[in-house]
Parts: sequence; structure tokens; C-alpha cells
Amino acid sequence: MKNFAALTRMRVQLAFRNKMFFFFVIVMPLVFFFLYAGVFAKSVPRIVSFYLGPVLAFNVMGSFWGLSATLVMFREQGILRRFHVAPVTASDLLASSIVANYVLTLPTVTLELVLARLIFHVPSIGNPISLFILLSIGILSFGSLGLVVASVTNTMQETQVLNQLLWLPLIFLSGATFPLAYLPRTVQRFGLFLPATYLVNGLQQTIIHSATLWSRYVEILSLAVWACLTFFLSAQLFRWEPEAKVPRRTKMLVAATAIPFLLLGIVENVSDRILREAYTAFESFTSAPATRRPPSLSMPGKPGEASNPSRSSQNQARQ
Amino acid sequence: MANAILQVENLVKHYGDVHAVRGVSFSVEEGEVFGLLGPNGAGKTTTVEILEGLRTLDSGRVSVCGLDPERDSDALKQEIGASLQATSLPDKIRVIEAIRLFASFYKRHRDPQELLKRFGLDDKKNSFYSQLSGGQKQRLAVAMALVNDPRVCFLDEPTAGLDPQVRREIYDVIEELRREKKTVLLTTHYIEEAERLCDRVAIVDHGVVIALGTPRELKARSGGTTRIEARLSKTESNGTMKSLEGVVDVREVDDTYVLHSKRPPQTIVSLVKHLEAQGNELVSLEIATPSLEDVFIELTGRRLRD
Ligand SMILES: Nc1ncnc2c1ncn2[C@@H]1O[C@H](COP(=O)(O)OP(=O)(O)OP(=O)(O)O)[C@@H](O)[C@H]1O
Ligand SMILES: [Mg+2]
Repeated sequence: MKNFAALTRMRVQLAFRNKMFFFFVIVMPLVFFFLYAGVFAKSVPRIVSFYLGPVLAFNVMGSFWGLSATLVMFREQGILRRFHVAPVTASDLLASSIVANYVLTLPTVTLELVLARLIFHVPSIGNPISLFILLSIGILSFGSLGLVVASVTNTMQETQVLNQLLWLPLIFLSGATFPLAYLPRTVQRFGLFLPATYLVNGLQQTIIHSATLWSRYVEILSLAVWACLTFFLSAQLFRWEPEAKVPRRTKMLVAATAIPFLLLGIVENVSDRILREAYTAFESFTSAPATRRPPSLSMPGKPGEASNPSRSSQNQARQ
Repeated sequence: MANAILQVENLVKHYGDVHAVRGVSFSVEEGEVFGLLGPNGAGKTTTVEILEGLRTLDSGRVSVCGLDPERDSDALKQEIGASLQATSLPDKIRVIEAIRLFASFYKRHRDPQELLKRFGLDDKKNSFYSQLSGGQKQRLAVAMALVNDPRVCFLDEPTAGLDPQVRREIYDVIEELRREKKTVLLTTHYIEEAERLCDRVAIVDHGVVIALGTPRELKARSGGTTRIEARLSKTESNGTMKSLEGVVDVREVDDTYVLHSKRPPQTIVSLVKHLEAQGNELVSLEIATPSLEDVFIELTGRRLRD
């Protein structure tokens, strides 16, 4: 416990001295926030509040990039093995990564909420406690995903490729960039198998319909189970040494992380509950009186063109 | 050897088909400074890191402070300190933060400030790790190895790549450890270092211990002879070289004749006479007092390093 606290402190300190950190964890999410709230939602409070959930989810999901990259760098440079000769355990290191990331991500997320209220006059953010719990589980679970990425890749290059492969579907097929209701049917069906979809929907419902914590139990429970599973697996697969390669056999274990959302995806595909919620949310703001639709919604049937350059440039910058 | 603090018996380790350690045995008494001397790839790091619990052995038995590094690794880590050969710290960690962080991991620890003073890092304590020179990083690594006031200290090539000045500073630290009656296991490929610092030395080559003893004992093996290294413009047969006065042993190492002589002046005179008669010439001549290098050459026919 003492080691864990000391390591967490170190990670937070190191992050503050890292320019990349400032860019990706503070500047980028805020740019993204202002782009959506100010430009796409044209500062219309109701539309901003529709987008707030997806924007927060986007920020929260970014956690896994930084976490995986740092851990792999620490391993490649032989930093982890120095900790290994000291009485530091894998759980100390992993848990401190997760918690440091949580402490570092929460302020930006909070700032976005405050700005949404003060500058964009969003009518309500729902129950702050529900929102806080959902955001917390989101940050912790996507942080754990980063640890798994670090565990199954051998080099920084592999890490970044895998990050990219995960990132694109997570942001484009979940409703985080284009509203779920706006995506083609087959994509929606696929999106229901992604943890990101549940995070986006949970946050959005909490904000625009002041959904109670209890009514979001599916999202909360599924993300929490997934967080525990990914964290447990990352501890099993943890490697101190740069030369230690991932055994093929254990790579299969990683498939287990997909199980919770595979099962939930089947259930949701049958019940269509999430989709119905997404449609209601979407319609409630598109049918609003003074609709000044953001560009990403003004070209039905051609979501690809609506993609704005900032997103793809962010993906490149993150590499 | 019941009270040995380090015991290694028939240690074997391979990586795929590379046989890194092939049956190494030695033991170290409490308070001893013990050296593993050997060329690159001899298996020194592998041996040391098995003792530290960083690598697993294939067969054999090791014990450190009476503990099995694999089974009792938690208890072991409190007792040992180590500076690793291939390691690093985060770029943006400050020297004082690094040493405080590591101090916090142990039940018992020394005062970080005082350690930095002792290693001449006091004025660097607020520098980032990435701003340190190679020598400063190395000194920090040794300082960090001592942060828990360990019973056994493993120093894997603590002076590799350092200039002589910095190397001597590290020597001073190790000598101080000896005065404090700390057990030190040191690896090196510098002969000077092994001779000067170690109570006993194991010479390791290709994963086996080829000689073990105090530096004095080991040197006595070369029978009190002096080493004469001669490079000639034309080759001579080993037989003729051996027939020179006082010569007891001849080896050809990298185009150089290495002669071991009981009576160096006579040997040189007869060498020069012989060369004159043959119309051959001396390109260079070096006379060295006996060292562990001779032991190594004698046992392997190779130099420790060039
Ligand atoms: N992780 C590893 N994977 C594969 N081979 C290894 C590994 N570590 C060491 N080896 C091989 O084992 C042999 C012994 O290596 P080791 O590092 O123990 O030697 P050393 O005596 O410490 O050498 P040096 O003086 O260069 O540090 C070498 O042939 C090396 O290539
Ligand atoms: Mg080595």
C-alpha cells in the first residue's frame, strides 16, 4: 500500500513534467470540447448538452493511449527491472498507473463540465454523483485496457499499432463522434459490442435525461466487470524484462476481455434498448425549435464526409 | 561453508540454445568482497541476476542470506541491494526524488541526503535523471543499491565505460563498503579492479569458473614469472621462442608472443641476440608485472579484453 502511494505520486509528478501529457490530456480534450460545443453545436445549450456525453467519453477513453505507451517505455528502457530488484510488486505498479491516470484525467473532465455549465449554459448535467461514478468507472476501465495493451505488445511500435486499431472503432462506432442513431444499421449492431458505446450512452442519458444511477446499472455493471477483468489479466500477463516476450498461449487469454461486452452485445442487439435510448436522445434535440444542426449531422447518409480534420490529426499526433 | 551468505552450486542457465552458465559454483562469506571477472558474454550478469531473483535458473542451487531467490523473493529483496547492468530511471525524475522513492520501498533505509553527499551527488540532487552524465548515473545507481543498507550488495560492472577518474571514485566507495564489512558481489572485466578491490575472485569464461582464489593466490599460479609481450616483424616458431633463456611458457595471442619468464633481463638479451642473428626485428616490446591477465591467458590462450 505504501509502495503504491509512492509510485502514484511519482507518476503524477512525472506527468506534470511531460509536455506530451499536457497536450494529450489537457489541451487536446479541451480543443475537442470547444470544437463540438462552440462550432458543431453552435453554442446552443440543448445541443451542447447532447454532445457533452460523447465529448466526455472521448476524453475518458483516451486514457489507454498514455498508459500503455508509458508502461511499454518503462519496460523497454529497463526501468521496470530496477523496480523489480526492489520490493515492488506488479500490482503496485499497475494499480499506481491506473490511479495516477485517474487523478490526472478527472480535472480535465471536471473542467469540461464546469465550462459546459458556465459558458454554454447547459441546462443540467443530471445528478452529479451519478455522473461522477460513471466517469470514474470509465476512466478506470479504459486505463486497465491500456495495461492489457502494454502486456500483449513487445515493442512501442506494436503498442501504437494496437492502440490505433482499438481507438478507431471505439471512437467512430460507439456514438462518441457521430451519434449512434445516425450510424448505419449494421454499424449500430456492431457498436453494441463495444464498451465505448455503453460509456457514451450512460453519460449521455445521465446528462440529458438526468437518468438515475439505478437506471444506468447495465452500463455501470458492465464497465466495472470489464475493468476488473482487464486489470486482473494485465497483472497475470505483466512482464518486467524487455526481453521477455508474450507467450502465444497467454495472448489467447486476452480474448477473455472481450467476453463481457460480447455477451452484453448479444442481449442489447435482441432488446434494442440502447438503440431506442439513442434515438430518443437524438430526436429530442434534432426536433428542437431553432435547429442549427452541426455539420456532422447535416449530411444524412454520408457520415464519412462529416468527419472533421481535427480527429484524424489527433490520431496521427498520438502515435 | 555453512555460514556462507551466498552459495551457488552447479548453476546452469541457457537461453534457447545459448548456454550462458554451465555449472558455476562458488560461495561468498559475510563481509567479503567477491569478484566475478570475465570477458563479454562469460555469464556474469546471468549469474548475478539469478541471485537477485530477476532470472530463473535451469538447474543447480543458489541461496542468498539463507533464502531461495525464487521462492523467498519478497524477503530477499529487503536484504539485497543491486546496481544492474542494463537499467535506467525515468528521464524526468529528480535525483533526490529517485533515491527517496526507492528508500520508501524498504523497511529499513539510510538517509537519502547523506547517501547523495557521500557519492558526490549533492549538487545534482535537483537535476533530472536525463541531465546526469554517465558517471553520475553510475554513482546514483550504486548509491541506490545501498539505500536499504543491504546485507549483500550486487554491483554489476559498476565502472564499465567510465573514465579512470570516475572509476577511482567508485573504487573508493567499494573500499568503504569493505571497511563497513558489507558483502559485495562485483562483476567486472577490468583486471585492475578485481585485483584492487576483491578479497577473492572467480575467473569466469564461457559460463564456467576457470579459476578461483585470492588475487595473490591466482597470480602465484603463473609461478612468479614476468610477462614479456613481443611483436616481431617476421614470425618465429613457438619452439625457438621457448628455448630463449629463462622462458617457461610461450603463447601466441593476436600476433603477439606472450612469454613468461623467470629471469626477464636474460630473456630479453637472448631474444634480441636471436632476432639479430635471424635478421628479424622487434616491432614492440612490453614487460608487465604478473596480473590476473596472465592467469586468464594461461588458462584460455586468449586475452581478457583488448
Ligand atoms: N535475455 C537473454 N536472452 C538470450 N540470451 C542472453 C540473454 N541474456 C544473456 N544472454 C546470452 O548469454 C550469454 C551470457 O550473457 P551475460 O550477460 O550473462 O554475460 P556477461 O558476462 O554479463 O557479459 P558482459 O560482460 O558483456 O556483461 C551471452 O552469450 C548472451 O548473449
Ligand atoms: Mg554483464
